[in-house]
Amino acid sequence: MIAALAVVLVAQLFSRHINGYYYDVMIKIGINIILAVSLNLINGYTGQFSLGHAGFMSVGAYTAAAFTMHAGSSAPPMVLFFAALILGGLAAALAGALVGAPSLRLKGDYLAIVTLGFGEIIRVIVRNIDSLGGALGLNGIPPYTNLFWVYGMAIICAYVVLTMVHSSYGRGFLAVRDDEVAAEAMGLNTTRYKIVAFVVGSFFAGIAGGLYGHYTLSIDPKGFDFNRSIEIVVMVIVGGMGNTAGVVAAAIILTLLPEWLRPLAQYRMVLYSFLLIVIMLTRPQGLFSWRRSAKPALRA
Amino acid sequence: MSLLELDNCTVRFGGLTAVSCLSMRVDENELVGLIGPNGAGKTTVFNVITGVYRPTEGAITYAGTSIAGKRSYEITGHGIARTFQNIRLFGSLSVFDNVRVAFHLRLEHDARHSLWRGRAFRQEEKDVEAQAMEMLEIFHLGKFRDAPSRSLPYGDQRRLEIVRALATRPKLLLLDEPAAGMNPTEKVELMSLIRFVEEKYKVSVLLVEHDMQVVMNICRRIIVLDYGVKIAEGAPEEVRADPKVIQAYLGQD
Repeated sequence: MIAALAVVLVAQLFSRHINGYYYDVMIKIGINIILAVSLNLINGYTGQFSLGHAGFMSVGAYTAAAFTMHAGSSAPPMVLFFAALILGGLAAALAGALVGAPSLRLKGDYLAIVTLGFGEIIRVIVRNIDSLGGALGLNGIPPYTNLFWVYGMAIICAYVVLTMVHSSYGRGFLAVRDDEVAAEAMGLNTTRYKIVAFVVGSFFAGIAGGLYGHYTLSIDPKGFDFNRSIEIVVMVIVGGMGNTAGVVAAAIILTLLPEWLRPLAQYRMVLYSFLLIVIMLTRPQGLFSWRRSAKPALRA
Repeated sequence: MSLLELDNCTVRFGGLTAVSCLSMRVDENELVGLIGPNGAGKTTVFNVITGVYRPTEGAITYAGTSIAGKRSYEITGHGIARTFQNIRLFGSLSVFDNVRVAFHLRLEHDARHSLWRGRAFRQEEKDVEAQAMEMLEIFHLGKFRDAPSRSLPYGDQRRLEIVRALATRPKLLLLDEPAAGMNPTEKVELMSLIRFVEEKYKVSVLLVEHDMQVVMNICRRIIVLDYGVKIAEGAPEEVRADPKVIQAYLGQD
């Protein structure tokens, strides 16, 4: 992991030479990787179908932005930004726990609806708070985000998810997904597992939000709507539920795809949707899952 | 002394009484059979003992502590493990992981430690692996170690479910129709397996089973349920001769 972080640091040093458009796409890919990998812990490994990831992201984005804009600028920007990201992550994790605790008694579709509702509630609340800019959004966020931060956080996120899942304790997340009744019967506190998944997943969604805000420099509630959540869910499904490498690949491809399709102008999103349908029909287990036999990807 | 005791347990679902005023006990190192026609409430008894349902009335005590209304994982923590009538393995997990998950209650490390991967954490992971593999070898499942559990032959899946339940280190093992769908050879193997488990792991076994050959052969005491009511209890020969049992379940020759 440390080696990977070093590579990212070097990449950042050379980033001045990167064409602005490519730089922009690379940042977007990195943020999507964090979102998809963290959602994969909730949806893929633990099998809890959440449609509220953009909501958690917005909690992190607003918290981090408000912090860097209002906190004294006496501290060096690096420290300030790091604190802001962590704070955003913690705020999102808290939101994750608050939503998670009562709603985790629900299963499948019902949980999906509650998380969807949560995402919308956050959006409406933010739109009506004037100190957060209301519907206009928050402008003039300092430009702290760069390749180092984005990919550094992406690596940490992937490391946390992978190490957690690859342990005797972590196999419990998959057990909860496969059969909740049997998991309880084997002594697993399934509620606790689900809350851990939600808290850790939301934490990284909050970090991704903070990175996003300090890159676009202005955030508004529209940027975190239902469609954004769906986009992330699609990355997880296309990559293969519970397959981190596949989900990273899907985040990269699905971020690049609309860019490649730009020459098609107004037909771009039509073809994008069409390709998604083809992928789901031909590889329902995910583009990058070879080991598992085909099964319906949406088991919600 | 008695390990598990049900005292006047009743389970009602709306207007339906699935189990009615049932009193029974299982002693230490005892093999008890629970039989009865379909819908007699046998699986409901299992579910109420393991905390899937809460008894509407009555008490359940395990080794002197009340377990009625506790959650499943807590009851497992007390020392009761079970298998399921329709096999419920963690299908996408490997055979090894299925057993490993069942070590959960004894793990000292959790998600936080898995991030740092310290020495104590790695040692524990090694210990768990060694113990899980030892159990798999004892039950001749070692060769399937990395195979997804749903890909196993039926009989091996049943066996793996028993191994997984044993990995929680129970004092009482509840087996729900372990012989269902097995051929005669497999049934004979199963009987010796259950005897072996009882002796080696020093557990009591409560067995729900339709196969009379299996039940009569290995159980020292049999409880007969019909419409949620206990209609007979005793040694296999007594139960087999009981007119009420013949009427309700066994049928005339």
